[in-house]
Amino acid sequence: MNLHPSRPDTASPLLACHECDLLQAAPANRAQGVSCCRCGGQLLPGPAYRPSTSLALVLAGLLVFVLANAFPVVGLEAGGVKTATTLLGTTWQLSQQQMEPVALLVLLTGVLTPGLELLCLLYLLLPLSLGHAPRGFARVMRLVHVLHPWGMVEVFLLGVLVSLVKLAHMAEVHPGIGLWSFFALIVLLAGNASRFDPGMLWERYQACRDRT
Amino acid sequence: MSRPNLKSAASQGVWRCHACGQLSRVSAPAAAAVSCPRCGASLHQRKPHSLQYAWAFLLAAMLCYIPANLMPIMLTEMLSGTQRDTIMSGVAYLWRSGSWPLALVVFVASVLVPLLKILSMLLLLLTVHWRSRWAPRQRTRLYRLLEVVGPWSMLDIYVVGLLVALVQLQSLATIKAGPGAIAFGAVVVLTMLSAMHFDPRLIWDVFEDDDER
Repeated sequence: MNLHPSRPDTASPLLACHECDLLQAAPANRAQGVSCCRCGGQLLPGPAYRPSTSLALVLAGLLVFVLANAFPVVGLEAGGVKTATTLLGTTWQLSQQQMEPVALLVLLTGVLTPGLELLCLLYLLLPLSLGHAPRGFARVMRLVHVLHPWGMVEVFLLGVLVSLVKLAHMAEVHPGIGLWSFFALIVLLAGNASRFDPGMLWERYQACRDRT
Repeated sequence: MSRPNLKSAASQGVWRCHACGQLSRVSAPAAAAVSCPRCGASLHQRKPHSLQYAWAFLLAAMLCYIPANLMPIMLTEMLSGTQRDTIMSGVAYLWRSGSWPLALVVFVASVLVPLLKILSMLLLLLTVHWRSRWAPRQRTRLYRLLEVVGPWSMLDIYVVGLLVALVQLQSLATIKAGPGAIAFGAVVVLTMLSAMHFDPRLIWDVFEDDDER
């Protein structure tokens, strides 16, 4: 019995749908991306993926990420008292009130996950676009795969808008630099996620590794 | 299915790696321990113990759903006394203050989405248990929707967090997070975990098994 898995023939590229497990041949023309012919799940994104485009988005994302967390998102002014907060400030205040589980949840989904995902992508994309194979590629790819669903920056932004409306009638609210940075961060993250093509990155990695 | 030449990868001895998506031809029994030739992750025909995990997380989420809705998620301390807000009273407040589009958004994100998520997971898990052949395409689409919509119920947690951090105006008003916020956060995380562990390919396996018989 052969316990060692082998790759299927590469002569006719096969795809298996991750949602219904249908085995199908990859069409030659994938200009619009490829969808499963039985359940309609997305099998491959469009062909426009280039690591260098992705790298540019990730670099811009990291820059904006720092701004978004360094500057206050919203400020409040009532009766001569001024307060302002960043996302990290909310987690600190929550943990001061014995709400550590909630604070941890906000910290993980709002700051750590998106930040770590961006750093991981930088670690993968920078060497690859220079033609080197990064060490521990498989492990970092898996980390990105695990982290991705837990990044919730866009939900946080909607939360900011709701809080602005809730507070607007009891005090004067000032949207801060952090808020605009978060807007930019969402656009960059979404642009990157819709382009992301792990299969293509793996091909690039294997090509770089074989060369050295 | 009506078309005869549709075959699942599993029936052809081809397994898809959960981590990197690589297809591998495996001529081993379904329970054997093999690893992906490309990324080294262990290979499985289907997500291991998918239904058990999904049920466990779903039941835990259903338990947390009760305190999440009954206990206050936010306590506002003012000169006039302490105001306790549950999720529903927060929505009602937004509605009364005239910002009904926002009330609708919060209602959908914090009340409707968690409830529909729990009900949809129940539907998916029960139909897989009953080996139902009903509307597999639509059920797969429902699952896809669940994954997209999952994080949006975190909305109220962020709102509470922001209000808590901002409204610390010593004598005028202070806002504190209530115990409902912990339960609500748990519901969001548990329903997401339940959906992640569910394997949508189980919906389609019934068709293969029946054809073989």
